Amino acid sequence: MAKTQSKPRSFQEIILALQTYWARQGCAMLQPYDMEVGAGTFHPATTLRSLGTAPWAAAYVQPSRRPTDGRYGENPNRLQHYYQYQVLIKPSPPDLQALYLGSLEAIGIDMETHDIRFVEDDWESPTLGAWGLGWEVWCDGMEVSQFTYFQQVGGHDCAPVSGELTYGLERLAMYILGVDHVMEMPFNDPDAPIPLSYGDVFRQTEEEHSRYNFDIANTDALLKHFEDAEAECQAILAAPAEDPKTGKRIIMAHPAYDQAIKASHLFNLLDARGVISVTERQAYIGRVRALTRACADAFVQTEAGGFDLEGAQ
Amino acid sequence: MMAIPSRTPARRRRKATDMPDLLLELFSEEIPARMQTRAAADLKKLVTDGLVEAGLTYASAGAFATPRRLCLTVEGLTGESPTVTEERKGPRADAPEKALEGFLRATGLTREDLEIRDDKKGQTWFAQFTRPGRKAEAIIAELIPAVIRNFPWPKSMRWGAGSLRWVRPLHSILCILTDENGASVVPFDVDGIASGDTTRGHRFMGPEAFSVTSFDDYAGKLKRAHVVLSAEDRAATIWNDATNAAFAAGLEVVEDKGLLAEVAGLVEWPVVLMGEIGAEFMELPPEVLQTSMREHQKFFSVKHPKTGRIERFITVANRETADHGATILAGNSKVLTARLSDAKFFWENDLRVAKTNMSRWTQALENVTFHRKLGTQAARIDRIAALARELAPVVGADADEAEQAARIAKADLNSEMVYEFPELQGLMGRYYAQAAGFGEAVAKAAEEHYSPLGPTDDVPTSPVSVAVALADKLDTLTGFWAIDEKPTGSKDPFALRRAALGVIRLVLGNGLRLGITSIVEARALVALGALETVDELKRLAALVRAKTEALNEKGEFGRSLLSVLPKQDVADAKALEQSVNILRGTLEGLSKADSDVRQALEDMFAIKTRLDTIRAKSKDLTDDLLAFLHDRLKVHLRDQNIRHDIIDACLAMPANDDLTLLVKRAEALSAFFATSDGENLVQGYKRAANILAQAEEKDGVEYRFGADAKFAETEEERALFAALERANATVTPALEQDDFSAAMTALADLRAPIDAFFDTVQVNAENEILRRNRLNLLHEITAACGKIADLSRLEG
Repeated sequence: MAKTQSKPRSFQEIILALQTYWARQGCAMLQPYDMEVGAGTFHPATTLRSLGTAPWAAAYVQPSRRPTDGRYGENPNRLQHYYQYQVLIKPSPPDLQALYLGSLEAIGIDMETHDIRFVEDDWESPTLGAWGLGWEVWCDGMEVSQFTYFQQVGGHDCAPVSGELTYGLERLAMYILGVDHVMEMPFNDPDAPIPLSYGDVFRQTEEEHSRYNFDIANTDALLKHFEDAEAECQAILAAPAEDPKTGKRIIMAHPAYDQAIKASHLFNLLDARGVISVTERQAYIGRVRALTRACADAFVQTEAGGFDLEGAQ
Repeated sequence: MMAIPSRTPARRRRKATDMPDLLLELFSEEIPARMQTRAAADLKKLVTDGLVEAGLTYASAGAFATPRRLCLTVEGLTGESPTVTEERKGPRADAPEKALEGFLRATGLTREDLEIRDDKKGQTWFAQFTRPGRKAEAIIAELIPAVIRNFPWPKSMRWGAGSLRWVRPLHSILCILTDENGASVVPFDVDGIASGDTTRGHRFMGPEAFSVTSFDDYAGKLKRAHVVLSAEDRAATIWNDATNAAFAAGLEVVEDKGLLAEVAGLVEWPVVLMGEIGAEFMELPPEVLQTSMREHQKFFSVKHPKTGRIERFITVANRETADHGATILAGNSKVLTARLSDAKFFWENDLRVAKTNMSRWTQALENVTFHRKLGTQAARIDRIAALARELAPVVGADADEAEQAARIAKADLNSEMVYEFPELQGLMGRYYAQAAGFGEAVAKAAEEHYSPLGPTDDVPTSPVSVAVALADKLDTLTGFWAIDEKPTGSKDPFALRRAALGVIRLVLGNGLRLGITSIVEARALVALGALETVDELKRLAALVRAKTEALNEKGEFGRSLLSVLPKQDVADAKALEQSVNILRGTLEGLSKADSDVRQALEDMFAIKTRLDTIRAKSKDLTDDLLAFLHDRLKVHLRDQNIRHDIIDACLAMPANDDLTLLVKRAEALSAFFATSDGENLVQGYKRAANILAQAEEKDGVEYRFGADAKFAETEEERALFAALERANATVTPALEQDDFSAAMTALADLRAPIDAFFDTVQVNAENEILRRNRLNLLHEITAACGKIADLSRLEG
């Protein structure tokens, strides 16, 4: 394992260290997906690319939104908008645990003084129709990552299996930097001409979004948007595979999946507004799952999804 | 520090030299703690069973699990399986050639290998087989891959591009046989993983690979590589070190066996560290501290022996460090502080809401749907509150308190603490109700009204708690029955079986006397929409009345309408429904009515029909739910060793919806039938009932007219009349007191007079009057017995 480098001093330095490390391991450095998602897993680079047989290795930062976790920027470690770092490698390499531990060393966690543990945590995403087995990784009792071997996504068995790593960046960085309140964490170099804390960047947005999520979001409109996204997703997938304009076979798995992402986020907002009951929740989750399943079905019919057009003819 | 898993040296010395030991280790990524013990046991069973099945024997076997390995040692294995000779019978010698060919094909033999011998059926072909013994090594090499491929993990997975399933990726297999000549690898391959003689130690403290030659060598080297193989040893170390650390600080560890077992499965090299809990968290309820530490951090709680306050925590690390765990402990403390800050934040926010009567939480329940077809949580709370009030006098609770408790019992579901820790529901309700200034009985009900949750859970006994608990469960049952969401087979998504058992245990545990039927039926009527229907009927009746009264020329039909429809008291639903029935009989007059009135009347008839349907449905629903409760009760009583036929005999009695009475009856019967008096009662009853039944069947009439002592001819007959009178004089008042055993004892005294009667008196006398009188007498005997229970349902 690479020996510990100089300790990072800011949030962004930790992100950069992860980027450098995983780039060196051969991952494609992707960028965040440009939609509101609840977790990095929703990025099509994970959800859709974990399907089919084509090998894949990608890493990226994904801004993630969990409306119910909003605390007006006051809670030391709860945010309704936060960053995840996501790595997906297919097929999962045999030394993935070692690679992962290497990434912790790369961001300044010394294996000789810390207690790293792999604690059972089976992952399931009812909205993605996905599950996998793995662990949450603990560093001195703190969960620093999720480590999952995908078994099924969108109702499809994963073969080969992808290994997925998800780092909760704020929590991890706070731990490494020894910060007690997320808003006090240095975002850029504390010695920079204009040092910015996490709070300088996000305190106000947390406050604004918390108020919006909990009290203002128009639930009738959200419900309507949900229905619209659902209908649009279904309509996109209902279009015939052959595009009459180009004469090509173009299955629109990604545009449809965008609508599924949208529906999922709208559901989260509605949930935060407290208008969805326990029993209704199941129904909504089922509707989102039906969409992601349909998108997964469509994706495996595409080239990237491993569909062999030649072989099929 | 720790003992190597023990083995008896004596056995080793006795061991024959050709009896090798098998050592197997399956080394993988981290195995979930909860699965390790079972997996080790399964491994031992599957492998040893397989060895025995293949003809090997062994002296002893032991299995072990750590987070990264399953290990099996089998000692004193036979070196090879014995050679077995067996014989198989073929077709008869005179059978068609094809039969013999088929036999040869199936056995893989030639005709020369067979011999003809005499059998019961004549000359027959016989084949002799000799299955040569196989080396233990060959048997193991075949067995282990099969065990691995079919291992019964509760959940298993694939990884990479392979198809092998294991609990987590399997990395290496160590499999050696050791005898006096040394160790040798048992060669096999499972999906590209070749067996070998190497393993690794602790992930961080002993990661290098090393090879081993025997179990002793393995266990010793593992220990040097910082792995304690035995889970019991790890648990013992943890508990020992934890209690010592606590003791040294004048404190004690809160015992938690489940947590201990789990933590022992999370580490290969346990190191106990004790840390302090910030003073700012001491105000949190101890249950909150304990739950947060246990659920989130897998920490043990360390409490002050006198005050019971939780003051410290114990965490178990998986390694030693140069700073003696200082960094690890600091990290854990920090995580705990963040967690408890969260909990404190919830607690303080919640207390603020609680102190305003929890109104924000109770109001929020209006926006939460309980079930799509059963309305909001608020509506549900209203129903429970009304029912709790109704039940209050029966359970001895104050009606206002019962209603109040029901109204706030579920308020904590909206608290932040319960959102975070669902397992604290109820308990937080009690704390918050106290903070809100509610009385102790109300606060207690918030905690206790979910109980009993299982067959062994304590049943609440405080009257207010009982009222709310019972109301909650009865409302749930009636509601789901009304929307036809009953449990089917193994499916019971709304835990209705548990609710039913809860009702039973609440009623029995508190000796409550209540008729469930009327309670359920009233609720069922409401749930099925009876109230709205009656309201609609009233509205239409008022409309008809007003329209008719306004007519200048009312005509005969109008006048009769007005005379039939209730006047001021349209509110009296019963009178109204009667009048609708009467009006239905005057349909021919309808054509003369004003068209609005006619329409309204036709609507009334339709609604009345709907109402009748609702009534019938409510009745069916109630019967069905009661039958469900009786089924659960039967299971409950069977567990108490009460015979099923006794239960059936009691269920057939009236007022069987009074569960306390029902069980009292069943218990009395059960105890009574264990005595000779009980036997007497049954035999007397049966003898009378049999003769009566035969006569009734023959005559096609029922003898129910009452017997008259003046027609008694013999002494024995008169004696029976007298005995019956005496018995009845005791039975009736005894039953009024629910004193079943007094009643039964009285009836048992009938046995002797009955026997004497049958011995001397000819029931089927020539004289029809005498015969009828005697049969009627027998009926009176069976009727008297029938007051106790339906004895015809008893077996034997």
